[in-house]
Amino acid sequence: MKENLYKYILGIADNSLILGQRLGELCGHGPSLETDIACTNISLDLFGQVRSYYQYAAKIIGDGRSEDDIAMLRKEREYVNVLLVEQPNRDFAYTMARQFLFDVYHLLFLNELQKSKDVTLSAIAAKSIKEVSYHQRFSSDWVKRLGDGTEESHQKMQSAIDGLWTYTDELFHQTDIDKIIVSEAIGVDVTQLKETYYNLVSELLQEASLSTPESKWFQKGGKQGIHTEHLGYLLSDLQYMQRTYPNMEW
Amino acid sequence: MMSEEQIKNLEIQFEERIARDEKIEPKDWMPEKYRKTHLRQMSQHAHSEIIGMLPEGNWITRAPSLRRKVALLAKVQDEAGHGLYLYSACETLGTSRDELYEQLHSGKAKYSSIFNYPTVSWADMGAIGWLVDGAAIINQVPLCNTSYGPYARAMVRVCKEESFHQRQGYEIMIKLANGTPEQKEMAQDALNRWWWPSLMMLGPTDAESIHTAQSMKWKLKRKSNDDLRQQFIDQTVPQAELIGLTIPDADLKWNEERGSYDFGEIDWNEFWQVVKGYGPCNKERMNARVGAWERGEWVRDAAMAHAEKKQKQKQAV
Ligand SMILES: [Fe+2]
Ligand SMILES: [Fe+2]
Ligand SMILES: [Fe+2]
Repeated sequence: MKENLYKYILGIADNSLILGQRLGELCGHGPSLETDIACTNISLDLFGQVRSYYQYAAKIIGDGRSEDDIAMLRKEREYVNVLLVEQPNRDFAYTMARQFLFDVYHLLFLNELQKSKDVTLSAIAAKSIKEVSYHQRFSSDWVKRLGDGTEESHQKMQSAIDGLWTYTDELFHQTDIDKIIVSEAIGVDVTQLKETYYNLVSELLQEASLSTPESKWFQKGGKQGIHTEHLGYLLSDLQYMQRTYPNMEW
Repeated sequence: MMSEEQIKNLEIQFEERIARDEKIEPKDWMPEKYRKTHLRQMSQHAHSEIIGMLPEGNWITRAPSLRRKVALLAKVQDEAGHGLYLYSACETLGTSRDELYEQLHSGKAKYSSIFNYPTVSWADMGAIGWLVDGAAIINQVPLCNTSYGPYARAMVRVCKEESFHQRQGYEIMIKLANGTPEQKEMAQDALNRWWWPSLMMLGPTDAESIHTAQSMKWKLKRKSNDDLRQQFIDQTVPQAELIGLTIPDADLKWNEERGSYDFGEIDWNEFWQVVKGYGPCNKERMNARVGAWERGEWVRDAAMAHAEKKQKQKQAV
């Protein structure tokens, strides 16, 4: 029971952790000061959420593990984020497309999580909704700007959407643990979000003069801890200090 | 066209206003030299904030805990914010952010040399906050009363955040200094590497410093570089002692008579080497900025094109 809820929380929090880490890579290297500040803001929000989730997870599991142990001392196979969020910052179009494709899901998810029987999760969701609404507005605006900007930006945004599309379906897969937690009225049934998600996404893509990819071939594995080759490198940065200097306080 | 006499009169009135502690505002008449000097100092300051994001940004992905990661992200974001207000203050003097970037990227504009040193350990995040933000505060607090209104107001806001950064950096050092032997060693090593560059940050010794007299009159400067340096040393040495770290200066000694610390000789050759562009990371910092700017060009163009399209659609309705 405890173990299931613990793992369920990781399934939510790991997405924010890995995406926050990706955005953190960009700080100081963005196309303008304003976008730098905004991306850092999103990263900060995500890490704030991550801390709430992991602190709660640490309390549930109750074996002395801290939020940092959970964040930084698991093996790659134990991270259960979706593949979408670990994709690298190839260029600003990719970064914004990844953000947009995640934000739309994230907001739908949080709106449901807010109704959870678990008061802590419901409270974290309620607080995060405000933040994630802003993320979605920001990333949607950029998808529109780049999609309907210049010829070059249109092409770049289209190829980012095309390239990342294959990772969207996984957002709506349910693990065995998800099913148990959903049956307890604590978790969110993500399969129910799928239709709304693709409607919202296609609508915005259309508004951005972009076409919705038709491919029906999708990648999966993140939720089972089987990741793309990119995650290992991200983790070696994320875990560097904790691995090199174990059992210390910072 | 004004006669020379008229200009002379305006200049006298202008200097009198400053002497009365009145603020000069963007629309006020000002001597050309005043505009240029302010633009130079303010843009250098803005560039320093932006370049300053890089050495600390270098540790965001590797911060040792989530709490530290969040604090570091917030700090680097504050520096971006400082850059933003300072570029806006520069715009009030008629030079756009893009023009100033151009000067930075071409190597024409200077920025604080301290950011040309590498950040090679987590303790450098502590040392930078404690020493570099600390020295920046000493430089900048007097500017909260400088004569040019937009600069003075920007500085009030910036200084509040810099002192928060300074406390946060010192707190990182406290934690390391009270930690395991390895952590303590990491902290001492960072202090060893950042101490002298931090002293240099307060500027060349007075004998070699240009533009001081005029800047004093305009309240762009209130104390000489050497006085500021002494203030920094006197303030920082007890902080190091308190946490059991050693200042890397064999000549450092309390001077009862002066009520200040005597200190060893600064390596001004190193200072000029870094100022002239040959420090350990000058090239990396510049490549990072120029690279970000060039990679961002199509994005900025797209944003502009999109805004124009929207504008046209609005007009058509
Ligand atoms: Fe500063
Ligand atoms: Fe700053
Ligand atoms: Fe600062």
